[in-house]
Amino acid sequence: MRWFTAQRTFLAALLGVLLAAALPFVLLHGSAGPLLEQNNYWLGVFTFIAIYTILAVGLNLLMGYAGQASLGHAAFYGIGAYTSAILTTRTACSPWLAMLCGIVLTGVVALLIGMPCLRLRGHYLAMATLGFGWIVFIVMRQWEPITGGSSGIENVPSLAIGGLVFDHDVKCFYLTWALALLVLVISANIVNSRVGRAFRAVHGSETAAAALGVPIARFKVQVFVLSSMYAALAGSLYAHVVKYVNPSPFDFHASVSLVVMGCIGGMASVWGAPLGAATITLLKERLQLLPWRDIDVIIYGLILIVVMVFLPGGLVSGVQVAVTRLRRQRRTAAAREGAPL
Amino acid sequence: MTPLLHVAHLRMVFDGLVAVDDASFDISAGQIKALIGPNGAGKTTLLNVISGLLTPTSGQVALADKPIHGLPPHRVAALGIARTFQNVELFPAMTVLEHVMVGRHLRSRSGFFAAALRLPGMRREERQIHLDAERYLAQVGLSAHADDLARDLPFGKQRLLEIARALATEPKLLLLDEAASGLSTREKKELVNLIFAIRDIGVTIFLIDHDMDLVMSISDEVVVLDHGEKIAEGTPHAVQNDDRVIAAYLGEEPVHA
Repeated sequence: MRWFTAQRTFLAALLGVLLAAALPFVLLHGSAGPLLEQNNYWLGVFTFIAIYTILAVGLNLLMGYAGQASLGHAAFYGIGAYTSAILTTRTACSPWLAMLCGIVLTGVVALLIGMPCLRLRGHYLAMATLGFGWIVFIVMRQWEPITGGSSGIENVPSLAIGGLVFDHDVKCFYLTWALALLVLVISANIVNSRVGRAFRAVHGSETAAAALGVPIARFKVQVFVLSSMYAALAGSLYAHVVKYVNPSPFDFHASVSLVVMGCIGGMASVWGAPLGAATITLLKERLQLLPWRDIDVIIYGLILIVVMVFLPGGLVSGVQVAVTRLRRQRRTAAAREGAPL
Repeated sequence: MTPLLHVAHLRMVFDGLVAVDDASFDISAGQIKALIGPNGAGKTTLLNVISGLLTPTSGQVALADKPIHGLPPHRVAALGIARTFQNVELFPAMTVLEHVMVGRHLRSRSGFFAAALRLPGMRREERQIHLDAERYLAQVGLSAHADDLARDLPFGKQRLLEIARALATEPKLLLLDEAASGLSTREKKELVNLIFAIRDIGVTIFLIDHDMDLVMSISDEVVVLDHGEKIAEGTPHAVQNDDRVIAAYLGEEPVHA
């Protein structure tokens, strides 16, 4: 069974890679110029879905497995983005090294926040991260000499591997999806392991998990740190893809929409993350065309309510239910055909 | 010889309510020992203190001479005390087999990195965990339900699953909190056989139960608690004929204290 799980993870990943690789050819069908130098609206949107997928996986692990919510995840996303932007524009630091610095820094910050909050039962983490999110946002906006204030930081360099510079939409699309798939596979591997079982046990019953020798506080801190490091990776990608950072994508509003993505996709599921990320990102693109301001917040709220009431396991559980039903139908149909008269 | 578990002057007070008052007793290795008493006598509280869910107000608990009172439950478990729960504490979204696999947590070590990268050592360990978990499931007779969700099991089987999960930690001492309550007569008989089998592989058992026939027929020794106080301790025969025990169960004041 374990073996099967590993195979399934691998197959899902492979499928994802193939779909992702095929997409630009579909979207850019018929347009002129060398493929790798194309810029295209939809490629941009899908690049963002990849970035949000990384964020949503982290939140799914945190909410679905440790049973904790972070209302300030955009702050970790922002720390990743700003660390990359500041180090690469104000020092001679290379983009990859800046990305690593951002991830490590965010992990340390999350450790410092998580340790006191997660030793206690209850939603202390939600409160602490809410406050932390505001503080980080204010620092981004007010610490002008370093962060550039509301006008932000321009000319963030692109990531590059040797001579391959990720500076066009097609290249950014591949880069972000490669990393998103890596994060998905790593997360699926963790979930299907001793560590993942411990998380799920903590989620099911802290008392029973502890009585079986699972150090629950340590596990909660670990998953929170991991989740924040995913957010930092996403932030750094954002900075190098967009080549510009300012405070607004990292505000409280963003933190909330990340939580919504996680919930809609399916909390206790790694593969729900891309579903949630895609739903919210595509929706946001549509809603921006409407003349009403902040209509998106109302729509998110409605979707959240509908999903929580009718599909508490998120969209991914809906897919699972549909697949099992289909399989059962096929099996009964096969049984009926094969049955003796 | 030092007892496996030594409980001395244990006291547990909640907001002025004395749940356990100056309880002292020993459990020797290899015994089946029972803890009985009327409702509200403090039996589960005492078990919660031993397993680390509660920190006692005062007093000591020692496992093979090592003090364990005040340690968090996962440390107590690591030292060799496993338990089941009166109201069954399962992981609703996990399968029967996965429950027992969680029980192998202490006996395996792969961490984050090994899991994330599915390193060969981790995969080998996973296979071992899987095999071990199947063995413990077979021991309690739940092999046929391995892939069912635990919450879909009938109640009696959920109790057996808790025992398999606890055994998977390879405990020295197994605490059973009302493992027989809610079971049919046949299930109780099977449980008794299982308890003997567990004792025979060298696990000491400390159990709470309300079924006096069951308690008296399987226990080597019985401790009786009333209003948090130990009122008797001894062989089932001695305890059954103790005046204070009879009075406590009949709800009267003791004739002579």
